[in-house]
Amino acid sequence: MGLIQLGRHDKDGMPDVITTSIEKAVNWARKGSLWPMTFGLACCAIEMIAAVSSRYDMDRYGAGVFRASPRQSDLMIVAGTVCRRMAPVIRKIYDQMPEPKYVIAMGSCATSGNIYDSYSVVQGVDRFVPVDIYVPGCPPTPEALFDGILKLQERIMQKRVFVKQPEQVKASLKV
Amino acid sequence: MSLQQLSERVREHFAAGFVKAVEWRGDLAITVTRDTLHEVAQFLRDDPAMDFDYIVHVSSVDWPDDEERFEVVYEFYSIRKRHRIRLKTRVPESDCVVDSLTDLWKGADFMEREVYDMMGIRFRRHPDLRRILMPDDYTEGYPLRKDFPLRGKGWRDTFEFLDETTR
Repeated sequence: MGLIQLGRHDKDGMPDVITTSIEKAVNWARKGSLWPMTFGLACCAIEMIAAVSSRYDMDRYGAGVFRASPRQSDLMIVAGTVCRRMAPVIRKIYDQMPEPKYVIAMGSCATSGNIYDSYSVVQGVDRFVPVDIYVPGCPPTPEALFDGILKLQERIMQKRVFVKQPEQVKASLKV
Repeated sequence: MSLQQLSERVREHFAAGFVKAVEWRGDLAITVTRDTLHEVAQFLRDDPAMDFDYIVHVSSVDWPDDEERFEVVYEFYSIRKRHRIRLKTRVPESDCVVDSLTDLWKGADFMEREVYDMMGIRFRRHPDLRRILMPDDYTEGYPLRKDFPLRGKGWRDTFEFLDETTR
């Protein structure tokens, strides 16, 4: 990809030198160890579980280490229908996650409320937490979730680590 | 005891409070007046021929065009005798109070709270009549009533916690 170049040692030709920028190395490390927060709310959780288990093996992308604590996780996969009573809990957990943090809205319910246009269902998690990737489907297949994770990884590689984000970009990330 | 015999036995004991009995596809539903509901329920539980020892569910129906608008539905099952019965009663909107059956079946507690939460029917002598599904400070009314708007009255779109945590 040209992001990380492998150099060969002059003497024996063994690949033991790499050249890259620190920013790219940090981003590469971040994208390769996305520890998700378990947040299964409904049937989408079943597909999320299937994505982690042996047939699909989400650990290939470094995103298989599901943590039960927000303090140890980088990525929150909101999988399922978000009821209004659950909203403050999701927000609290999001606030407890250390930076940098990412959110995937998995499935139609988490993205838009799906068919549940009722008094108790929030019409998309993006109403109270910033969402990075929306995965469509009802429920999405594990492959679709992987696509979302790969898209998120592409996005992480484009982030600036040491340079301040422009105010305009920052503002768009806020709720 | 057949369903026919069951309903006859209830009718014999509570001729005054008996409204109607409907048998449809193997289910027996008995409607009684509100004032006799508790007595009938006690009879169903304690009478050796009835022996309804298990409360299956409590629910409610809204009939917006009827004078007695709400209907409370109890369903009982006898584990020993293996028969079931549905007990209904009607209440008007102006005075929607029913006697609680929590003194007879402990299991009625949460189900009656749900009926109160969703339909706004109160249960007299219930030990802890609070909302159960909606938050305690929910003020928009009773969501399963027919005149309640499908999308609610704005609660689902207000996130008051955002002001405390963000910015």
